[in-house]
Amino acid sequence: MPNVRVVNLTKKFDGITALDNVSLMVEDKEYFSLLGPSGCGKTTLLRLIAGLIEPTSGEIYIGEKQVADVPPEDREIGFVFQTFALFPHLTVWDNVNYGPRVKNFNPEESKTVVEEVLELVKLHERLNAYPNELSGGMMQRIAVARALAAGAKILLLDEPLGQLDAKVRNEIRYEIRKMAKDLNLTAIHVTHDQAEAMSISDRIAVMKKGKVVQVGTPPELYMKPNSLFVANFIGESNLLEGLIIDAKKGKLEIELRGGAKVRTFGDGSEGDRVIVVVRPEVLVVERGEKKSKNLLKGVVNKITFEGTFIRYIIKLESEDSVIVTRPSLTEKWFEVGESITLSFEPEMAHVFPYPPSGLADEISV
Amino acid sequence: MSDHDAKGKTGVERIMYRQKVSDALNALSSKKAPKYATYLTAIIIFLALILLPPIIGILTKFDTMQQAFNQPVFVNRAFVAVTNSFIIALVVSLLDVIAGIPLAWLITRGKSRWLNILDTLADVPFVVPTAALGYSLLLFWNGPQGISSLFSGSLISPGWLLIALLHFTFSFPIVVRVMVGALLDYKIEFERASRTLGAAPFTAVRTVTFPILRPALIASYVLSFARSLSETGATFIVAGLFENGPVFLQNLRNEFSSGAINQGTYEGVTVFTSLTLILVSISIFALIRVFGPKLRLPIKGFWPSFERKLSYTKAATSRNTVTLLVFLGIVLLPSLFVALPAFGAILDGTLADAVTGSGLWGNYWQSLLLSYALAGTVTLLSFVIGLPMAILIARKRFGKLTSSVFDILVNIPLIVPSIALGVSLKFFWQSFAFVPEFLLLVFAHLAITYPYFVRSMSAAFERISLDMEEAARTLGAKPFGVFRTIMLPLTKYSILSGAIMVFTRSVSETGATLAVVTTLQTAPVAIVNWVRQVVPATPSEIGLGCGILVLLSFAILLVLRLLTRGRGRY
Repeated sequence: MPNVRVVNLTKKFDGITALDNVSLMVEDKEYFSLLGPSGCGKTTLLRLIAGLIEPTSGEIYIGEKQVADVPPEDREIGFVFQTFALFPHLTVWDNVNYGPRVKNFNPEESKTVVEEVLELVKLHERLNAYPNELSGGMMQRIAVARALAAGAKILLLDEPLGQLDAKVRNEIRYEIRKMAKDLNLTAIHVTHDQAEAMSISDRIAVMKKGKVVQVGTPPELYMKPNSLFVANFIGESNLLEGLIIDAKKGKLEIELRGGAKVRTFGDGSEGDRVIVVVRPEVLVVERGEKKSKNLLKGVVNKITFEGTFIRYIIKLESEDSVIVTRPSLTEKWFEVGESITLSFEPEMAHVFPYPPSGLADEISV
Repeated sequence: MSDHDAKGKTGVERIMYRQKVSDALNALSSKKAPKYATYLTAIIIFLALILLPPIIGILTKFDTMQQAFNQPVFVNRAFVAVTNSFIIALVVSLLDVIAGIPLAWLITRGKSRWLNILDTLADVPFVVPTAALGYSLLLFWNGPQGISSLFSGSLISPGWLLIALLHFTFSFPIVVRVMVGALLDYKIEFERASRTLGAAPFTAVRTVTFPILRPALIASYVLSFARSLSETGATFIVAGLFENGPVFLQNLRNEFSSGAINQGTYEGVTVFTSLTLILVSISIFALIRVFGPKLRLPIKGFWPSFERKLSYTKAATSRNTVTLLVFLGIVLLPSLFVALPAFGAILDGTLADAVTGSGLWGNYWQSLLLSYALAGTVTLLSFVIGLPMAILIARKRFGKLTSSVFDILVNIPLIVPSIALGVSLKFFWQSFAFVPEFLLLVFAHLAITYPYFVRSMSAAFERISLDMEEAARTLGAKPFGVFRTIMLPLTKYSILSGAIMVFTRSVSETGATLAVVTTLQTAPVAIVNWVRQVVPATPSEIGLGCGILVLLSFAILLVLRLLTRGRGRY
């Protein structure tokens, strides 16, 4: 099964740049996600790889082959559409059999293939049903089965779970990954849902405004975000503004807005304006006033019970709000109005220079 | 295939042959050159056969207009006739929209299962060839057996009122058809949302549904307007001494044939009148196109208590009753009144004459045959040259701009009064003496029906999500394969109904036909000649002649209904 490589790929629509000089390598048999807010160019990239649209400039390689002149039907891809695009005039069987038929497989062979893939998606009944008689989950499975039956070596999925309800979505996402892995396919999955991307991908490319911001495994993206945008987009983050007052060999002392001083690690020099990023689960909450490093004082403003976690909104002395999540069953709860102290380990925070275009613009989706 | 059969090919060989053809087409279709060649050919044929001939035709005779201006009497007559045309079209179309909407509403929202039949009946005046319709109305409103028998003397004499009634009748189904389609496509959630916010049904419809359906309202008005401007055959039958544009042009031609006016005057006044009709209608349509979307419906005000009264049982029942009465009394019954003399003809022996083809019936059967052969040819050609154009427009194959330019160009023949179109075509083709008259008729009918087919097909293609095509491509289908296995099956009912529309329109067409032919006679032309006593015919002969046309049209309508029943929508 082939890898997929795009080199300096650019796509403009009527002068608007949808994809801006993107280079990317998807390994053979990898489950790869393109993640980003809507309008970031992820679907454009996927459709370029599929050959449904032509690039303004740049190259796409499938395996060793440059595919500029290869029409979509000859790229050996399977494309799963957000709307599923099941042919309304064909039955389940005929939809799945469509690929084998137009590719002139012999009838015996196609019958076997179709039966196999329908078995795979657990839909070997209702073969004579028409798409409008199926539930969303079923239509989704048929869409995948149809892509597989055509002999796809690369599975391209465009928000494949977007139209399903939450419960079904969670089930099917693991099924799709398992199928791709069992069949040794290279899969590229487009989504705007970071939880979905995190849970099924080998690697993820985070995209913003037509560019790839960071590529990495889910833990890498979560623990070592290379930018404020990624830190904010993947998971939840508290962003605290401050000024470096001391910098020695990567050790930083930062005065946050409101006057609290914290120590952490990162790049920068004295006088730099920075943003300190702290994940909600990193913050430790304690009653009353404590004396230790990296202390932030505040008052509990709001409590939300979320099952596994309990979420506090804490109003700091600086008037900034921060989010804290704590395990709900293994810890004592705090109450609204209670004065508390927050603290965090220096190595658990990330420091980024204050974005020149402003914080709101940098993290906007 | 038949020659292969003759050589004794087996079924398997035939299937393999078919496979080879399809493979070859598939292979061709994935190359750019043949694909573009197909579209280019469609464009060239459209320009060369449909758009340019009438334009060039009228331009070659442009200088004859000088002679018209030397004849103030004729210019005055032309001016009055053209004004009559537009006044009738403007007013009647408005009445059609007002009367058609409640019926469309009843058909789509009513609960009775009889509504299916009503739905079919609403199409009757559309499929009945207008010449027969005109005669039927003449009998109903004016004839001694019709409605006039209830009063002393004839109730409505031939003239403007009868023309208005006629135009109302044949435009009515167009409005109903367009509005039924729009109401079926309309997402009723909007209206429900309005109801949950406290609007009475009538208020909800007025403030939410109609504004959303405005394009359809405008479209139905425009189509009805264009049809009223164009119609010639039936109008000619009921016109009496009254003249609108098409009737004036036809009278002029008769005066020329009878030697009452010379060729110079005839050509000059004809060109003047046609050009005026064309230019005024194009400007009106341009105005509607520009200002239609900006048209403010009365949606700002709210009169809750008054509209609440209009919404509930009593008002709704009386509204439905009036709607049905108008439909039955003014549209349906007059349309079918020709059945009376047609049945009479069975008893008085006219039927026997007709079957044996004696007297004027030999000619009648010939013209009937000609009409249907012509309609068949035109339908086939519309399909062949219209389909690539429809795809080109719907899928924007040559970019957005080209697409919208052709979208407008294709519609031009629709808004040009057909007799003016016929006159222009005649001027163009008469310089090619070698073109046989039948071919001339084909070209004229093609020019008139082409927009109907392309419009309905491009709308059908637009309704298919692009995802469908792309899915088929990613699954391995070549462009031609996508067309054959996805586009065609998904649009086959639209193709069928488009084809039937072209067919019935061609069978009905009188204005352009009269303008281009000298010897050939189509069925509606025959009927017009009988009614106007150009060929002496008895009432029961005319009745039977119309009756046969109506019966055949019904057969077509029935086939259409059976073929598309419960399908066509996915």
